[in-house]
Parts: sequence; C-alpha cells; structure tokens
Amino acid sequence: MHELFRSLIHRLAALFRRRRLEDDLGEELRSHLEMSVELNMRKGMSAEEARREALLSFGGIEQTKELYRDQRGLPIIETTLQDLRFGLRMLRRSPGFSLLAILCLTLGIGANAAVFSWVEGILFRPYPLVTHQEQLLAVTGTARGESGPTLTSWPDLLDLQRSSTLIDSFIVTKITGTTLSIGDRAEVTTGSIVSANYFDAIGVHPILGRGFEPGEDVGRNAHPVTVISYQLWKGRFKGDPQIIGKTQRLNGVLHNIVGVAPEGFYGTFVGWAMQFWVPASMEETFESDGYKLEDRGARWIESYVRLKPGVTRQQAQQEISGIAKRLEADYPETNRGHGIQLWPLWQTPFNNARTLLPTLETMLVVVVFVLLIACANVGNLLLVRSFARRHEMTVRLAIGAGPGRLLKQLFTEGLILSALGAAGGLLVADWCRHALVLLFPARGGVAMHLPGEIDWRVLALSAGVCLIATLLLGLVPAAQTRNLDLAGALKSESAAVVGGGRRAWIRSGLVVMQVSLSFILLVGAGLLLQSLQKIRNTSPGFSTHEVLDTAVNLVPAGYDASRAQAFQDELLERVKSLPGIESAAFARMTPLSYGSFSSTPVAVDGYQPPPEEQPIVPYNEVGPDYFATMGIPLVSGREFSRADDEKAALVAIVNETMAAQFWRNRNPIGERVQVKGRWMQVVGVAKDSKYESVREAPKPFFYVPLRQNFSRGASLYIRTPLSPNTMATALLREVHALDPNLALYEVITLQEQVDRSTSPQLVAVTLVGVLGGLALLLSAIGLYGVMSYAVSQSTRELGLRMALGAGASNLLRLVMSRGLALMALGVSLGAAVALGLTRLLGNLLYKVSPRDPVAFGSALLVMTLTALAACFLPAWRAMRTDPARALRD
Amino acid sequence: MPPPKSEVLQGTLDLLVLKTLDSMGPLHGFGISMRIQQLSQDLLHLNQGTLYPALLRLEQRGWIVSKWGVSGNNRKAKFYSLTRSGRKQLEEEAENWSRMSAMINRMLRTT
Repeated sequence: MHELFRSLIHRLAALFRRRRLEDDLGEELRSHLEMSVELNMRKGMSAEEARREALLSFGGIEQTKELYRDQRGLPIIETTLQDLRFGLRMLRRSPGFSLLAILCLTLGIGANAAVFSWVEGILFRPYPLVTHQEQLLAVTGTARGESGPTLTSWPDLLDLQRSSTLIDSFIVTKITGTTLSIGDRAEVTTGSIVSANYFDAIGVHPILGRGFEPGEDVGRNAHPVTVISYQLWKGRFKGDPQIIGKTQRLNGVLHNIVGVAPEGFYGTFVGWAMQFWVPASMEETFESDGYKLEDRGARWIESYVRLKPGVTRQQAQQEISGIAKRLEADYPETNRGHGIQLWPLWQTPFNNARTLLPTLETMLVVVVFVLLIACANVGNLLLVRSFARRHEMTVRLAIGAGPGRLLKQLFTEGLILSALGAAGGLLVADWCRHALVLLFPARGGVAMHLPGEIDWRVLALSAGVCLIATLLLGLVPAAQTRNLDLAGALKSESAAVVGGGRRAWIRSGLVVMQVSLSFILLVGAGLLLQSLQKIRNTSPGFSTHEVLDTAVNLVPAGYDASRAQAFQDELLERVKSLPGIESAAFARMTPLSYGSFSSTPVAVDGYQPPPEEQPIVPYNEVGPDYFATMGIPLVSGREFSRADDEKAALVAIVNETMAAQFWRNRNPIGERVQVKGRWMQVVGVAKDSKYESVREAPKPFFYVPLRQNFSRGASLYIRTPLSPNTMATALLREVHALDPNLALYEVITLQEQVDRSTSPQLVAVTLVGVLGGLALLLSAIGLYGVMSYAVSQSTRELGLRMALGAGASNLLRLVMSRGLALMALGVSLGAAVALGLTRLLGNLLYKVSPRDPVAFGSALLVMTLTALAACFLPAWRAMRTDPARALRD
Repeated sequence: MPPPKSEVLQGTLDLLVLKTLDSMGPLHGFGISMRIQQLSQDLLHLNQGTLYPALLRLEQRGWIVSKWGVSGNNRKAKFYSLTRSGRKQLEEEAENWSRMSAMINRMLRTT
C-alpha cells in the first residue's frame, strides 16, 4: 500500500513537470541508442547498419515513449485535461453557439437552483442556526367538526410535556408584535412569546447575556424580561456593549433586556424575522384577549416539539394522541372533541410554510420542465454542430481514437457547458434568494422575510442537475457518432424538408418535446391566472372600495382599558366630523388579515349538537356602525348602537349560516346564545361574508359589541371616497391632537387588504407565468432553429421543386406545414399529459376545472401564434430560394 | 540452428533489473539491457524499449533511484541504483521466485 501511495504521489507530481520529464526521456533514449550504435559499430557494422540494428533491438521508440508516458503520469487525468483544453478551445472558436448554450443552461439550472434554495430555506431548514431541524415537528390542535387545524392551550401543552416519553421538549413560540419608536417614527416590530426553554431547546445561544431561565414562563406578568435580535441590537441600540440590564418598554411594560440573539438568527416563524422574544408569563401584555396561561379552553399557542433521537413522527403522534385522549376524559368541559396533531416542518400550518407549499411543489415540477426544454435546445445546437464536426470526428476515428475516447471527449464538452451553466445558475439562484419577498406586499409596514438558503444540499442537488444535463447533452452527439461511418463521411448528404433522415428525426423529436412541455406550462399558467381572476372577482361580502382600514396602537403607549375607550370614542367623533367621511367604526379584527379570529364554544337553546362534538364558532368584536361602514347588509334585526355598552344587556349578531345551522327554520332574533358561560340575545342577522380567506366556504360566524368585550388593539374602518394618503394625513393630525405620542398604522383600502390575502395566488401565477414565458421563448428558439436548419440543408430539394414548377407559395406552405405539424404533434402530446397533470395543481385552483377548456384553448392559441412566428422566417427564406443557384451548387 | 528465444515472462523483468543493479552497482539503461541479455546468453528476447517503463515503475515505488552521470566513454547517461527498500524487495521476490520455480519443477518431475 505504501508503495502504491508513493507511486501515486510520483505520478501526480509528474503531471506538473511534464515538459522537463519529456526532455529527460528524450535524452535518455537518445543516449541509449547512441551507445547501442557505438557498440554495433565496434562489432564491425557500417554506420547505417549499426543504426538499423540498434533501432531494431530497441523496438518502437514512439511506442516506448507512449508506454513510458502512461506509466509516468495518470492517463485518466491527462486525457481529461486534454479533453478540457480541447473543449474550451472548441467553445472559444464558436462564441455565439457557446454563449447561447450557456445562457440556456444558466436559465435552466438557475431556475432549478433558485427553487431548491427556496424549498430548503422555507420548507426544510427554515430556521438558520437552529440545530437538528429534522427532529422538529409542528404542533397543532384538532377539533371535531372543524376541518382545519386549531391552536393549542398552555395547560394542555404542560400536561403533554409532563406525560410524553418520546418527546425531548415542547417549544412554544407565538408570533406577536409591538410598536417601537426608532428615532421619531414608530415601527411595527415582530416578536415571539416563547416558553422558557426556547433558546436551549433550539440550540441557539445568545451572544450577549442569557436566554430565558426555567420558571420565567410561570406566573402572571411575573418576568418582564426580553431577548432582542442582533438587528435590533445593532439598529436601535447602536450595538451598545452594555445593553444587558437596560430596559425597553414593550407594549407599555418595561422589560429588562437579558440577552442578544446571534447574528443570522431570525426566530422560528416562516415569513417574518423576529426582533424580540419574551417569556410566556408576559402573554397578557402582548395578546389582546387576556390572561390565558391557566385557561385550558383558550387555544392560542403555536408550538414545535423536538423528538428524542431515533423517534419517528408516527411513534410520537401515537403517544401524543393517547395523552390527548386522557385529557379529553379528564377535562370534558374544554377538551371534548379536541386532539393534538404533529406535522413535519414543511407542512407547518400556522406560518407561511403552508401558504407557500403548494406553490413551491408546483415550481419544482415547472423548473424540471424548463430544464428539459433548455437541454433540448442546447442538444439541438450541439447536434447541428456535430454535423459541422462530422469531418473532425471521422478524422479522429480514422487515426485511431476508439469510440469510447470520442464519447469521453463529447461528454467533456457537455460537462464544460453545463458546469458553466451551473455556475451561472447558482449566481441566478443567489440573486433570486430574496426574490420571493418582492412578490409579497409588506404588511403593517413589516416586510416579509423569506430567504432562500444555498447550503451544501442545494449545491449537491444543483450539481446533480448539472450532471443530468451533461448526460442529456452528451447523449445527442453521442448517438450521432454511433452511426458515423468512415466511408460515408465523404458522401455529401442533404436532408429533405418533408421526409427527413434519422438526424432530422432526433431534432424534430426534441422540438416536439419542447413544444409539449411548454404547452403544459402554458395550460398551468392559464389555469392559475383564471383562478386568480375568479378569486379577485369573488365578492368578499363587504365593500372593498371607499372603505379604509387603519389602526392606532394604544397598547404600547401604555393605555389601560378605560383610557383606550375614551380615546376611541373621541377619535371616532373627530373622524366623523372630518369632511368627506360617511361613517366610521372600530372592530377588533380585520377580515382577511393575517391574524385569526377568536373562536369559542357556543350553546343555543333548543339546539342539540351531534354527540362528541362541541360547536365552535369564530367571532369578532365590533363597534357601532360597523356593518354600515363595512357595507355588510343585515338580513334582519338591527346593528349595534352606542347603547350596547358594558351596562346594557349582552347582545350578539349572527350570520346567515350560523342562523341556519343553530335555529333551522326559526327566526333567531330574540333567541339566546351562550358564549363562555354568558347568555347573549341575538338582535340581528347579517349576510355571510368572507372572514379568513376569500376561498373559504360559508361558515358560521357571529359578532359581539366591542364595548361589551373590550379590546385595546382595535382597528378603525372609515367609509370615505378620499384616498388613503389624504386620509392618513388628516387622521394623523387628529390622532396627534389627542396624544402626540401615538403612532398610526398604515392606511389602506379594504381592496388592498383583500389583495394581500390573495398574494400567495399572485406569487404562484407570477412564477409559473414567468417560467412559462421563458419556456415558450426557448421552445420558439428551438422550433426556429430546426426549421431554418432544415431549410438551409435542403436548398437543392427546394430548388428542384421550384424548377419543376412549384410556386413560392407552395414552398411557403411546405415549410410552414412541416413546422406546424411538429407543433401539432407536440401540442397533442402536451395536452394528453396536461390533462393528467393539472390535477396536481389542486389546491391552487379556485372554481376552475383542471380541464378547463378556456385554459387549454388559450394555450393552444399562444402556442400556434408562437409556432407561426418561429416558422415564418425559415419559410420565407425557402420561398426566396433561387432554383438556378440551388441546382448548380 | 540457435534455440528459439523466449519472451521475458510478465513480471520477471522487475526481478531481473533489481538483480542486475544489485550485482553490478549503478548502471544506465543500455548497460542493464546488455547485462540481462548477456546473462541470459542471448536466450532471452528483450525489447530494449520495454525496459524504460519498467525502470520508471521501480523508481516510482522507491526501489531504485536515478541520477544523471557520465558513462565510461564520456557520454551523458542516466544511472540507476538500488535503494535499501529495493534490496529488501529483491530478497523477497527472489525467494518467491525460487519457491515458485521449485514447486513448478516438482510438479513437472512428478508427472
């Protein structure tokens, strides 16, 4: 072994001293021959004879040198280097070809790498610096009668943690926000309410100070401490090294800064970068609806678990379900019908992983298509060049290169192209890392944080894609060399426009594939576009124009409930007296905004829910004039008035679906509904509207007066024809007249709000649209290339046809029909595949059938127009063939 | 009629070269080939050219070293000499060879 290693070192070293060693060898052999000649002459031979004899007994000098060289260096490396040098020379010699090929591959591989990096950075390893993310699972609740996942309650989680043997830790992390003044402007800042084990459990260690200590998540408002992010520390606190122990007011409560998180740690929420963390004991300060740590019925927590090593999700789920069953039996009041579900990180339901998952899944398929189309284009280019290089190949074969050697050369050239393409592709991916965010609007002034992640896995996958591309690229000319025959190479060949030889067949096959793939993408883009239009045209059930939405955050400014009520009343009076205002109202939650409505179990006189099921209904707390301002019609009864305050009888307004579900054919007005142990009288029935998503089906919902369920964090709605900007200025003046320290959130129209809620759809359409367009362009180039090559190769045939009396229009038709035939074949193949494939878009489609004829029809139209454009130039050239010259040449 | 020359057995060339350098001391390629042919009393047909890749192989394994020098009749030539590990290798190979040939002889005699 030792000797083999030594000899390898020798051989490697020899690669770098080739010229010297070559001189050495020449000299050594020369000296050998001279000695041999000398000896022979001494034996009495003539000079000429002596030389002949010496050469004879030596054997071939060149063979010896070749053998010697093989022994000296590493032939594999040497021939590879040779191939590389030769390949690069070939690429330099035809820069147009090389640039086009590399550009195609850059786009193809770049699209792949970009999507890989998004999938990695958003779905699989979304939390930089968090250790062993593969052991993390997301936790949600389930509720019978509820289709989607629910959240979980603090007492339930504590019990789960105590009883579980397979789970290492439960990590609570609930997104929240506050307003921090930075200089003289207020900035909305996102943060997390976390369990005390948070930093230890995710393996992130603060660079200054500490994380939270055990017990800091216990007790009502008992531990006002916070860990701040690196950006916040650098930005707001100018990187103050003495920051630990200083205080910061968060939502009106002074918090002790105990730690600074490391750079590059953004928390554990896909979509936003967290700026601060507070322990769960401070929950009441940040959550608008009270103290919930001892309320088993309050389900508000987003959390993860870290599995013990070697435990699978199925095992953990089994154990957790068992514990949840026990909790159901122990606490039937709050837990009847409730379970717990574990999700892999990439399916996390409570952050943007869920919204982006279907889009990213679709993109993975789309980029494979784009790669194939790009490879087909480059393959076609290589094929054309391999005809041009037929002569060179034949010569190489003739002077003794084996077919294997020839193949290696061709694959090396493919590898150079795809490696350059991959390098460019990774650059593209790097530029695109933060591109997803650009497609999403900032909400509440906070830009989203959806970075791609280019780690070794992404690099490895991209390298894999590059290798596949190489194989695909190498295959085309390789298939070509297989039927190179030495004798035939001298014969001239001309392909026919109509029949076409074997090579034309390969080229046409590639084009058919390109066309069918592009067609599929076009159909997909069409379907998504239609869905988006359907979604945008769906009425949310409230007016979207001429209603503005904003908020004044009173919590950070330290307002208590009574001050907040007084402020809201006064601001409402001032706003209503402004010119151009039709009406205005407060409400706790904006429909179709990011947050979710509170839900509560309800009971209704005379309504018997199905066994084992607890009806849970979401609700909103709204002020007087809410329905008039929002434009939600009341079917019967009245809307809340100022008289419905804390001293008055409790009242509620239900929507039509709730009325139908709980009161069947009775009129609910005047009936009672029990919410959290309090009976309320129904005073009105409102028309259904959309609450959390435009795409949701009608669902039960009810409203209670804001005054009877007060929340300091209410939003303000204003019905006015004024523009948001005009309104913002006037509004800010009124707010500052009341309290100059208050900050106003952005003022947007409800239409903007609705548009933001559909942005994942817009992202899907944009991405598929852009890549579909790219694919179409590449295919058009491919079709154009094939047709113009066919025309240039068959000048003779065209000339002959002309000479025999074919008119220019005949030739035009001939070429066009051949191009369109290729397209038709591609489209029919593509349509067949698309019929099966578009079903996979499933969740992204809204009220559009995956076989929607309009989408297929418009894709066909676009494809036909593109094909016509791509074939016209070659056909026009065919028309202008000069028969005399064509026949003479 | 001279007896037919036999080709050098695959793998034995290394042994012959090592043995030659062992008994003769430093020698150039031509010298080695002359010596081998001489010792084999011209029964061995050695393509002199095949010697050089073999020399390189032995050198790469560290059994011999080479140095440019001047031959007896004032000609520049590359001289090869045995190293210590080369001598050890020679002993091993020689022993292997005698064992092998003894065995083959025994087999040929018994049948």
